[in-house]
Amino acid sequence: MNVGDIQKILKADLICGNEDQLEYEVQTACGSDMMSDVLAFVKNQSVLLTGLNNPQVVRTAEMMDMRCIVFVRGKTPDSSVIELAKDHDIVILRTGLRMFTACGLLYSNGLRGGCEKE
Amino acid sequence: MSESINLKYIVPGDDFTRAGEASGAVKRKLKQLGFNSDVIRKVAIAMYEGEINMVIHAGGGEADVEILPDKIHIILADQGPGIPDISLAMKEGWSTAPDNVRSLGFGAGMGLPNIKKYSDELKIETELGKGTKLFITVNVSN
Repeated sequence: MNVGDIQKILKADLICGNEDQLEYEVQTACGSDMMSDVLAFVKNQSVLLTGLNNPQVVRTAEMMDMRCIVFVRGKTPDSSVIELAKDHDIVILRTGLRMFTACGLLYSNGLRGGCEKE
Repeated sequence: MSESINLKYIVPGDDFTRAGEASGAVKRKLKQLGFNSDVIRKVAIAMYEGEINMVIHAGGGEADVEILPDKIHIILADQGPGIPDISLAMKEGWSTAPDNVRSLGFGAGMGLPNIKKYSDELKIETELGKGTKLFITVNVSN
């Protein structure tokens, strides 16, 4: 699956990112509004789904080498978040879906959590 | 690289949006120096959680980073209130962070446990009313 597939599956808007970035391959994802949990439990994830809307979401993704952030529940990031994502080559998508539904759709399309039991 | 590289950062305590700038800069430096991605991620996450803690609990502080070929030392020093009970603070899920911090995505009681998890050595010096110093070491070759 690539970032473009995620955009299609979630019927998401592309908030920042270009054609090349939509080709990024992604294997695993994580959904959380608590960034410390993302930092604690996530291993080699490439996509972060969150309803939290502040620059620390991008910083967390940066530390974890993630390639794409999906804002769920129609959350629209402000310009500081978008600029930070551009600086770090991270794609931002926005979907009106809720977290549970968005994660479920990605899971049923083959994306996994990255931990052994997921 | 054969010699050590020393970096120093001021972590501002009044702007939550800037927390992580120092960790990001160190991450980029390590990448530029060619360290392996696992080491870089361990350093970045441990230091980032430390930075967040300094902003949330201590009104900011200072970060000193020493990069050696075989290990990376990070010292995070603040002049905050200190940690009353380190063993409690090391428990996953235990937090004294106020609700407004939780609404920002932190304060889940994972800060110090995460720092321990991603570091090879962690030493904490703390004195109530004076401040806290974290000594974090990440080994390059394991």
